[in-house]
Amino acid sequence: MRLILHIWRQRNAAETGRMVRYEAPDVNPDMSFLEMLDVLNEGLIAKGEDPVAFDHDCREGICGMCGFMINGVAHGPLRGATICQLHMRHFRDGQELYLEPWRARAFPVIRDLVVNRSAFDRLIAAGGFISVSTGSAPDGNAILVPKESADRAMDAAACIGCGACVAMCPNASASLFLGAKIAHLGLLPQGQPERAGRVQKMVRQSLQERFGSCTNIGECEAVCPKEIKLEVIARMHRDFLKAAWSGHSAD
Amino acid sequence: MSSAVASPLDKAVGFYQAPIGKKAVMAVTGVILFGYVVAHLLGNLQIYSADRQQINQYAAFLHDPSHAGFLWGARTFLLAAVLLHMVAATQLWIQNRSARPVRYVKKDDVPTAYAARTMIWSGPIIAAFVVFHVLHLTAGTVLPLQELGPNRPDVRANVIAGFQHPAVAGFYVLAMLLLCLHLYHGVWSMFQSVGVSHPRYTIWLKRFAALSALLIALGNISIPVAVLAGLLTN
Repeated sequence: MRLILHIWRQRNAAETGRMVRYEAPDVNPDMSFLEMLDVLNEGLIAKGEDPVAFDHDCREGICGMCGFMINGVAHGPLRGATICQLHMRHFRDGQELYLEPWRARAFPVIRDLVVNRSAFDRLIAAGGFISVSTGSAPDGNAILVPKESADRAMDAAACIGCGACVAMCPNASASLFLGAKIAHLGLLPQGQPERAGRVQKMVRQSLQERFGSCTNIGECEAVCPKEIKLEVIARMHRDFLKAAWSGHSAD
Repeated sequence: MSSAVASPLDKAVGFYQAPIGKKAVMAVTGVILFGYVVAHLLGNLQIYSADRQQINQYAAFLHDPSHAGFLWGARTFLLAAVLLHMVAATQLWIQNRSARPVRYVKKDDVPTAYAARTMIWSGPIIAAFVVFHVLHLTAGTVLPLQELGPNRPDVRANVIAGFQHPAVAGFYVLAMLLLCLHLYHGVWSMFQSVGVSHPRYTIWLKRFAALSALLIALGNISIPVAVLAGLLTN
C-alpha cells in the first residue's frame, strides 16, 4: 500500500518547525507504524536527508516511550494501544496522514516528533512515590491488601507515562497521569502515610509545569493506551479536597 | 516551612490557587445555580395553571414588601454565585489556553464531548441572556410592563406580550437550548470536580444530568412555543 505522510520537521527546540510532505510507496500492511517510519527513514538516509526523529524503545506497548499524533489523535486510530502496536492494516491505501509531536507548553519539542517529557519525572519526584526503608524484602502477606483495592491499584498502575493524555487534552492537562499515580498509591496501605501531602505536592508541581487543568471532557480516557478511567481524576479531586479540608499543608 | 502556621486566609488563597480549588468553587456555585434554575422553572410552569391569576399571585408573593429583605438577600447570593462561577471559569480558561501555545495542525475530538468543549461559549451567551431576561421581565427596559397594582406585576400578560415578538421568543429558545448543553455537561461535571465518581454510579449521574438538562430546557421552551402557537392567551 501507498501512503502520503505530512510530518512535523523541527531541527531543535529553538527552531520553528513545519509540516513536510513525504510519500511512502511500498508499505507492507503487516508493518507496525514505527517499522513503516524505519523504512521511510532508510530511504531518507539513502538520499542523504535527515531521518525523521521519533521516540521508541520496547516496541511492545509497555514502556511508554513512543507516541505522537496521527491525524489529530494521540497514538492513532486504534484504541487501547501505543503507536508501536498499531499496524498499517488499520489504514487505507492512498490515505493521507498528519504526524505531529505531543503539543503542550510542558512538553517542549526536542526534534521532529520527539518531545521532552521531563515534566512527568518532576511530577513523580514531587510526590509520586512511597518512602520505605530499603533492605531485605518484607515478608509476603505481612500487609494485607483487599483484592478489590489491589485490582484497582493495578489498573491505575498500568499507566506507562507516555503523555498521550496531555497531548489529547484540549487543556493540555496532566490530570489523567496525576490521577493514575495518586490512585495507584492511594489505594494501597503503603501509600497512606503520604497520601494527603502527595496530592497537594503533585498538583502544585503540575501548576508550576504549566499543565492545564481538567474540564471533564474525556479525550484523555479515549486515547489512553492503558485505558485508565476518568475515575482516577475524581479520586485525585477527592484526595485534594480532603487534604485541604483537614488543614493539611503541602510543606 | 513546616514551622510556619498558615492562617485560614493563607489556606483559602492556597486552596483557590490550585485548579482543583477553582473547580470546587465552580461546582458549589454550579449546584446553587442549578437549584435556582429548577426553582425558577417551577415558578414559570404556574403559567399553565387553570387559575389564570396563579402566576401573578406567586409574583405578588415574591414582590411583597414584607419579603424585600429576603428577596434582595437571595438576589445578592445568586449574583455572588454567578460572579464566582464566571471568575473561576475565566481564570481556568486563560490558564488552560496558555498550556498549549503551539496548536495542532490537525486535531480530532471525541465526538460526544461537544457540550464539554463549548462550555466557555454556552456560559457567556447564557449570562447575556440572563441580563436580557432581567431587562425584559423585571426592569421593563425592553418592553413596557403591566402591573395589577404596586408590587403586583401582571406576569402573565407581560410574558404573553413579550413572546408575541418572534425575535424575543427565538432568543429565549436559543438560550434554553444552550442552557441544556451547559447543564448536560455541568451537572455531571460538578460531581466529578468534587470527586464523586464510581463505576456503578457514574452512569446514573450522567443520566440524571442529561434528563434534568432536557426537562429544564423543554419546560422553559414550552412557554414561548405555547404563546406563539396561540395556546396561551390573556
